Amino acid sequence: MNKLPLLFVGILLVFSTSWIGLVAYPYLKLGRLAPEASRDGLVPPPLTASAIGGERVYAANGCIYCHSQQVRPAWLSTDIEKGWGPRQTVARDYIRESPPFLGTMRTGPDLTNIDVRRPDRVWHYQHLYEPGTVTPGSIMPSFRFLFKVQPIKDRPSFEAVAVHGPHAPPRGYEVVPTQDARDLVAYLLSLKHNYPLPEAGDPPAADAGK
Amino acid sequence: MSDLLQSLNPGTPPDARSYVERAEIDASLRAPVLLFFGTGVAWLLLGSLLGVLAAFKMSFPHLLDSADWLTFGRVRPAHLNIMVYGWASAVGIGVGIWLMARLCRVAPRHRGLLIGAGIAWNLGVLAGTIGILAGQSRSIEWLEFPGWATPILFVAYALIGVWGVIMFRFRRPGHVYVSQWYLLAAFLWFPWLYATANTLLIWQPVQGSVVGAVNWWYGHNVLGLWFTPIGLASAYYMIPKVLGRPIHSYYLSILGFWSLALFYSWNGMHHLIGGPFPAWMISASVVASVMMFIPVITVAINHHATMRGHFHYLKWSPTLRFTVVGAMTYTIVSLQGSLMAIPSLNNLTHFTDYTIGHAHLGLYGFFTMTMFGAMYYIVPRLVGWEWPSAAMIRWHFWLAASGVALMVGSLTLGGFLQGLELNDPQVAFLTSLKTVAPFRFVRACSGILLSAAHLVFAVLFIRMLLRQGGPRAEATLLSPPEIPAV
Repeated sequence: MNKLPLLFVGILLVFSTSWIGLVAYPYLKLGRLAPEASRDGLVPPPLTASAIGGERVYAANGCIYCHSQQVRPAWLSTDIEKGWGPRQTVARDYIRESPPFLGTMRTGPDLTNIDVRRPDRVWHYQHLYEPGTVTPGSIMPSFRFLFKVQPIKDRPSFEAVAVHGPHAPPRGYEVVPTQDARDLVAYLLSLKHNYPLPEAGDPPAADAGK
Repeated sequence: MSDLLQSLNPGTPPDARSYVERAEIDASLRAPVLLFFGTGVAWLLLGSLLGVLAAFKMSFPHLLDSADWLTFGRVRPAHLNIMVYGWASAVGIGVGIWLMARLCRVAPRHRGLLIGAGIAWNLGVLAGTIGILAGQSRSIEWLEFPGWATPILFVAYALIGVWGVIMFRFRRPGHVYVSQWYLLAAFLWFPWLYATANTLLIWQPVQGSVVGAVNWWYGHNVLGLWFTPIGLASAYYMIPKVLGRPIHSYYLSILGFWSLALFYSWNGMHHLIGGPFPAWMISASVVASVMMFIPVITVAINHHATMRGHFHYLKWSPTLRFTVVGAMTYTIVSLQGSLMAIPSLNNLTHFTDYTIGHAHLGLYGFFTMTMFGAMYYIVPRLVGWEWPSAAMIRWHFWLAASGVALMVGSLTLGGFLQGLELNDPQVAFLTSLKTVAPFRFVRACSGILLSAAHLVFAVLFIRMLLRQGGPRAEATLLSPPEIPAV
């Protein structure tokens, strides 16, 4: 092995096999999927402008380091029994996201179907402001910096978030979400992958996602 | 070949020509290598601080939680990217260029290229870190630096890669040593990896789940085809060099090299088991991961057989002690990785702290320890001075070794229990958090041990640059040898 050309070509050729298999192939095979037409319109439904903004907030603050967004098939895992979703997620579920947040950690719950489990906007605001107030025992950090604490003017703002207990704002003040918080919650409430897809196997049962 | 073996053997008295030759190489590489080492150590300290902060945040979520730039989800990727690009890559480049020049046995040309690359590389890491903390990360693991910072790193890297290939092209004719194969390969693989990942994930993002495939093809190959070859190149050089014995088998070296190239490059998808990909991709990665037994055991046998009968040298030589601990950890972490890829264990450890422990065992227990070993050998040759304190080296070693053992131990055990509960449909989610909490606290404390080790090393490194501690006639040993080394 004293010849540069031999080493050079060998090193690059061997490596190119994995490039073809793990990069080029999925790009050609999965890189141009379109939404599926269903009774309820296109699935997955496109993200709203606010949800796209929320996707950026999700990325900027690293939600992915604790929350996955993938439901693995029943033959391989207990994800479906655990209630993370009614069916496994497939490539088409992720076509609207850039980037998709598949995740590699579950320090927090999986969020693939968080809208199905927690459809309440107010709950999300309270949870983001001070997670312990709605889920005691949570180790999620507070995202207070996505909110403003401001003096109440004539009457409370319509979107003021009710916060009780030790983390409540001082008397005469209220907690209101910033645009980032609104966007993030809009994104979280778009996470609902319980519609049927032909490639995803069995259609969901009636109480799907519970 | 015998020419090189002779030059590798400190037992044979070098002739005047090779003294001059080595001095010339060391002198011309002094500035660039010390630039990479020095900035690397600075990033190591900052990265440790951020790592400890992120770890304690898991035990105390209210710790420093009022500012957005200090939230867990920004501090954690800042820690990872600083360690990967600011510390490990920089020190790896420093060791790589020094080894390449020494083994090619020509005084390197284009030193300015390397200095420019070193400055640009650090500016890239700085820009990227500020980007992450300022909220510009796109949350693609191992690639969180924003798109406006990565081109700086790429250009810096390209300069180094080109330099490496030129160096190899104009080497003194003769035998090519195994370390040179690994270094040449690393110099060629990394730009391909980095360019592909940045193009497809950051600059022109591909659609949907393809991101996951490219992400983990990159993430695992950075370990396998960038850090691993540099670490192995260093171990292949340092062990025979310190012992004054040739490597056990040339043919095992060849087998180890090519099987690493073939199998490691296919490993990445085991991070996405059960994910939205064709089953064959995951299976291929699982098979390739298990096949990693071949290169790993080959290298282990080769190193072990070289060491056989000489393990008592570990009592004396700092270079050898760090390098051999790193090389042994390489065997352990790789076998662990192969087992973790097997679906039943993969399912248990996936999404848990177990994986984090595995990552630290690889990047710290193997790579960082090997790089410390190399620096203990190289820096005295660049500075023309011996390490000022054996006691501080011993502190450095024991703090680092116990810190990483405690960290990996707590994460492994905690992650294992966490995995059992995460997979049990009868157990509430919060229970898994409670179970793993004490292990996470221990892990955070282990970070303090590692930070202390890094502080000791940083002080030693600065004292070295300042030439403190008085001149020594001989290399600094960990303890005085009881019997004269033969």
